[in-house]
Amino acid sequence: MPDISVNFAGIRSPNPFWLASAPPTNSGYQIMKAFDAGWGGAVWKTLGVPIVNVSSRYGSVNYRNTRMMGFNNIELITDRPLKDNLREIEEVKKYFPDHAVIASLMVETREQWHQIVKDAENAGADGLELNFGCPHGMCERGMGSAVGQEPEVLKLIVSWVKEVATKPVIVKLTPNISDITDAAIAARQGGGDAISLINTIQSIVGVDIDNFVAYPVVDGKSTNGGYCGPAVKPIALNMLKNCAQHPDVNLPISGIGGIENWKDAVEFILLGASTVQVCTAVMHYGFGIIREMIPGLENYMTEKGFNTIDEMKGKALRNITNWENLNLDYKIIAEINKDKCIGCELCYIACEDGAHQAIGLSDNGTRVPYIIEENCVGCNLCSLVCPVESCITMIRKDDGKKYETWKDRTEAGNIPVTFNDELAGGLHHFVPDPLTALKKNNHGYK
Amino acid sequence: MSDYTKPTNESEFEKNFEQIKPLMNSTQAYYESSRCLFCYDAPCVNACPTRIDIPLFIRQINSGNLTGSAKTIYESNYFGYACGKVCPTDVLCEGACVYNLQEVKPIEIGRLQSFATSTAISESKKLFIPGKSNGKKVAIIGAGPAGISCACELRMMGYDAVIFEAREKPSGLTVYGVAPYKITNKEALDEMDYLQGQFGFEIHFESGIYKKEDFIRLEKEFDAVFIGTGLGKTNSLNISGMNLENCFGAVEFIAELKIHQHNVKVGNKVIVLGGGNTAMDAASESARMGAEKVILAYRRSNEEKGAYEFEYDLAKSAGVKGMFNVSPVEITGKDKVEGVKFIRTRTENGKVINIIGTEFTEPCDMVIVATGQSKQEELLSNVSGIKFDLKGRLVVDPENYQTPNPKYFSAGDIISGGQEVVNAAADAKKAARGIDRYLKNKS
Repeated sequence: MPDISVNFAGIRSPNPFWLASAPPTNSGYQIMKAFDAGWGGAVWKTLGVPIVNVSSRYGSVNYRNTRMMGFNNIELITDRPLKDNLREIEEVKKYFPDHAVIASLMVETREQWHQIVKDAENAGADGLELNFGCPHGMCERGMGSAVGQEPEVLKLIVSWVKEVATKPVIVKLTPNISDITDAAIAARQGGGDAISLINTIQSIVGVDIDNFVAYPVVDGKSTNGGYCGPAVKPIALNMLKNCAQHPDVNLPISGIGGIENWKDAVEFILLGASTVQVCTAVMHYGFGIIREMIPGLENYMTEKGFNTIDEMKGKALRNITNWENLNLDYKIIAEINKDKCIGCELCYIACEDGAHQAIGLSDNGTRVPYIIEENCVGCNLCSLVCPVESCITMIRKDDGKKYETWKDRTEAGNIPVTFNDELAGGLHHFVPDPLTALKKNNHGYK
Repeated sequence: MSDYTKPTNESEFEKNFEQIKPLMNSTQAYYESSRCLFCYDAPCVNACPTRIDIPLFIRQINSGNLTGSAKTIYESNYFGYACGKVCPTDVLCEGACVYNLQEVKPIEIGRLQSFATSTAISESKKLFIPGKSNGKKVAIIGAGPAGISCACELRMMGYDAVIFEAREKPSGLTVYGVAPYKITNKEALDEMDYLQGQFGFEIHFESGIYKKEDFIRLEKEFDAVFIGTGLGKTNSLNISGMNLENCFGAVEFIAELKIHQHNVKVGNKVIVLGGGNTAMDAASESARMGAEKVILAYRRSNEEKGAYEFEYDLAKSAGVKGMFNVSPVEITGKDKVEGVKFIRTRTENGKVINIIGTEFTEPCDMVIVATGQSKQEELLSNVSGIKFDLKGRLVVDPENYQTPNPKYFSAGDIISGGQEVVNAAADAKKAARGIDRYLKNKS
């Protein structure tokens, strides 16, 4: 059985699954329940000067029959008095001494930072997470993402915290920034021990088209919220990769953004995270999802032969490079498995209207389309729209002997440089005569 | 043994005849519509006689445009709601759904179709505006699926459409013939009211056109005449005992049941003669009316029966027992039916051969004969030039649905020999187009 316990910048946790600072960590009751269910750590709902919240607070993006594919909130930090939160932190630590309890903090002045850091540590917090990410409400008051977007300010505040902190300091970064590594480097320069990312993305999840207002609605008005849930995972993974690959960052990373099962967690770990934080999935399904995540991770590690989280951490990073380093001689084309094909012809119309007209319809009475090999550029689109598992696969066609990148070709002076250059990649690619399009009036059905 | 007890009131009747395709709620419709793949050149559309753009109406349900969805359906099929409930979707759209090829449950197209149209009907959504009057009038004989569909299409083109219906209610077999567990009379009639509100055709009930003078009057008063009468009475079997009490024609029995419901008396032991869909319905309905034993007797083998397999399954699930390769020789009894004398048969080169010496009598107290319907013979003597083919179908040209008498057009069971509501709806629309072409060329 692999060992899934972690030591994250000095914070020990029985497993890498933490609850992100959010509504599920609003109280000792919830965190006790989560630890009891199997979660390894929890980042307490951000402590500070208590706020006043609005009603309603959440909005959702549903994709067809999938609820909350994306989720946004306009809730602020804790609205509970500090002393209540501190007392509950103490209580949780008493019952769960080996679990990670991290206090998320957000205040304004150096004095406030000093005070709240000491209070949190005295209550028994194993670490501190500085909330420089909240992109709604708090940023209007100069906190949250307003700090995260100014690397110099961020650095300064981290250094204030480090003046008094004895426990590890995690800096939570906002994605609402051009280059997240600027903020990550500032966190390191300020003395931060780790970073966590991403916080939510500024968003409007939808518009009430009957009442002309965005969601969520507060008495006929709305404001931008912070976006999270499965929809943001690709953005989070990219920012994680950027921070993990950057030589000047070099800090442990807690990955956040759309994680809801073991596989999501593995992807974050392979891109350099050593713990993961979850919120939306718990808000959707409850703490019980942990019972799918832990055995899934353990099973994966066993199958791959990983003994510890550290052994798998960042495994995929070395294979993510700049576009200019990709092999231009690698050629794949699509192949349709006739026995699996159900004849929906979605691959046909996707390629026909959305790609390279490389799929034809059979006239032999079957509905199995065929690949026009000379037109296929190996883009994957057909295999992505195909509703049948492993029906369309991409088959390698080059001999694997040549490996020439854009960078190589640039250095060899072998790239197109003029508008009508003979070296244009699509010069000899088949493109139908535009006028033939008008003869096809069957847009979807014959 | 039948699982049903005799219904004694309307609610018990409804329970025994529980809808097999109940109306979806909006949550069901949302989730089901989410599953549609939006196929290119979708096979479901090709499998629909009225060629409804099914992926489109399902996508419109999913995107919250129910009005648009209903319009998509009604533009192709004026019996949109009824067809969603009564169509043999297993062998049409749903049977063609590509999901079947991976053994994934096909999309419930029929139920989605009824869902989409039910809102338009219940909210009386105005989807259609009849065409500007062109001053021409068309008489339509029969307010069934063919007649009503033809009337709707004619109204869209600006014709006056006047329907003459022999019975008291519109929709033809939808009310008088379709099994009660497929659609309720209220559902069928609500759609008819909706269509009349939308298209403004005129219907005269209890105004059958039978006599020569009636036809002459129509020819004089109208620019064209559409015949949508459907088929005639149940064919009589050429055996003795047909006149005994408690021996009924299936079509007549079903019509009686549809109108009088739990008040119809059904025997304790019923024998249904026939192997088509009407026989299945009659057998299934007898069982649901609480008959202790229902035997479906067919002179050919199970494999040779004309009924859809799912219809036979439905009858069996209601408790009906199939008896194949038995041919009725005589219906026995003094005044009332007491049994049916059969002889066993085998099929040779498609012909039914009686096996000598195998006669036996199966006791029963009711016989339902479901051996096809007769053609509308009286038309021959009343309308000049028209003819029936060897199978008893009124002959029309396949494009315009015009009879050899140019003033007469026709569609529905009378030209097909008995098909589904959806076929009548599809053909009658084409017939209306044929009428339009004919009258435009004439003037």
